[in-house]
Amino acid sequence: MPSAAKGFEFEQPMLDIETQLGEIEAAANPSEEQQELARQLRRRWTDTTREIYSKLTPWQVVQVSRHKDRPYTRDYLNLAFDEFIELHGDKFFGDDRALLTGFAKLGRQKVMVVGHQKGRTFKERAACHFGCAHPEGYRKAMAKMKLAEKYGIPIICFIDTPGAYPGIGAEERGQAQVIAESMFLMSQLKTPIICIVIGEGGSGGALGIGVGDRIAMLQYAYYSVISPEGCAGILWKSHQHAPKAADVLRFTSEHLPQLGVVDDVIEEPLGGAHRDHHQMAARLKNYLAKTLEQLVKTDPETLLERRYDKFRKMGSYLEQLEDGTVSQHGYTFSV
Amino acid sequence: MAIVDTPKRTNPNTEETKRRGIPEGLWIRCPGCGNSIYRKELEKNLNVCPKCRYHNYVSARERISQLLDEGTFEAYDEHVLPTDPLRFSDKKSYAERLSAEQARTGLTDAALCGLGMIRARRVAIAVTDSAFIMGSMGSVVGERLTRLIERATEQSLPLIIVSGSGGGARMHEGILSLMQMAKVSAALARYHTAGGLYISVLTNPTMGGVAASFASLGDLVFAEPKALIGFAGPRTIKATIKIELPEGFQTSEFLLEHGYIDRIVERFRLKTEIAAAIDYCGKR
Repeated sequence: MPSAAKGFEFEQPMLDIETQLGEIEAAANPSEEQQELARQLRRRWTDTTREIYSKLTPWQVVQVSRHKDRPYTRDYLNLAFDEFIELHGDKFFGDDRALLTGFAKLGRQKVMVVGHQKGRTFKERAACHFGCAHPEGYRKAMAKMKLAEKYGIPIICFIDTPGAYPGIGAEERGQAQVIAESMFLMSQLKTPIICIVIGEGGSGGALGIGVGDRIAMLQYAYYSVISPEGCAGILWKSHQHAPKAADVLRFTSEHLPQLGVVDDVIEEPLGGAHRDHHQMAARLKNYLAKTLEQLVKTDPETLLERRYDKFRKMGSYLEQLEDGTVSQHGYTFSV
Repeated sequence: MAIVDTPKRTNPNTEETKRRGIPEGLWIRCPGCGNSIYRKELEKNLNVCPKCRYHNYVSARERISQLLDEGTFEAYDEHVLPTDPLRFSDKKSYAERLSAEQARTGLTDAALCGLGMIRARRVAIAVTDSAFIMGSMGSVVGERLTRLIERATEQSLPLIIVSGSGGGARMHEGILSLMQMAKVSAALARYHTAGGLYISVLTNPTMGGVAASFASLGDLVFAEPKALIGFAGPRTIKATIKIELPEGFQTSEFLLEHGYIDRIVERFRLKTEIAAAIDYCGKR
């Protein structure tokens, strides 16, 4: 029985079933009748979970994407990859624990992994600044990506950040500069790049490792220009209105493919990735293997051409032609 | 990553934060020194306070006329117009907000782009106007800039972008605004590879997604004095780290000290210095 350590409010019906089930399972010698009841409860849990998770509101998606048991980059490195050799060193200022970089193997395919890391324990979280990277993190990422390009190693980026770190040191060391440079660099790297939003895709901090040939996201991840709290703070002057902001920003896996920003959505296990790390890692691995196989066959020049065109097409605007007619460019959200 | 703050000067005389642009009236209170300045005098002085050298807001059109040789500006892509891809709505819908901003500023969106001459040197130039939805970048700003950069690449022209944006990426267009950062940066990378000279001019304010994309990617980065420039807004930073921010934090002078800009250039010298830089970097 998959179980979340601590459920969300909207999961109450699931949690109730879990409690009942727990009581039966705790019994030393369950009777035939109790076992039958347990089977029924399990079926009911599955149905209830499917029902609830098929109708998550955008704000509930945000909560799931931030679940403290959600698999992080480090978990995927352990579960989906066959080897990981961490590389530190931005050769400039320091080692940012919020961005993890290094060589990894996926079967026999060598790759360079660049991913945000949030940290599981409080101590880790503090060290990782909850996944908010500093400029040294992006400098480290750029250095490793250049190394990968030099030896034709494909790059895999795992995006999972509330945003780039907002602090005095971060500004002093050029937070804006490094994010700009990183996008500039990634748009020209002559090696395949796959970017996957595995949890939170928080604005510039996410996009700083988000330019690639394929952009994917997990089913309950989100990818946004601004955090729902930040948006609510500006529009309704209070973070309390974050759920309302989440509704208007259209940032879930339901909307982003429609807007032409995300190519693929990777389905999560029933009840979210935090309930089954192994299954999620297996699906991710499968996606990566399949996608890498296509990308490594493409010659680098074509890859760059297509990467440019991919981002070139993003955006939605009207173009008034000389004869006065107006044409619509780009995708728009349809209700 | 639209920025949470309306940019605020550290000067205590500044209560000028809500209104954008130059207030109506014959006399203007300078946000820098608090003195009352005769409007005509201020305008004659390129909107720089004659007493304290505070660089007041200038609109995109004014900026163009300050920088380019008279009558040489040819606007491009004015027919690329904003739409409301997300059906975004807060107190009013984004569609209504766009119409209101267009009526108020006389611009169709926050970026004015085109070709023109600076002291007889042909250039591609863009200006973002911080009065239009805080100078934020949505699809239209991204598209117009990208087209301009591509045009500059094809015609081997020097590129000047004067940034003024308190808003960064425009949240009303959601993820599409964020992606403009990548789109414009990719176009600049191609321009760079083709050998183009890009001079980025930062004005008050240049924040968020604008600072974290094209504004920071110049071969040369100039800034007007005492402009607010940075990634995260001061209020966001204060809320995160819960200590007072140092005096002069995120100003042009702060950035110069930390090595992120090449020169602080006063407004009346800007045209001359851009022309000189173009000459130093070859005939392109």
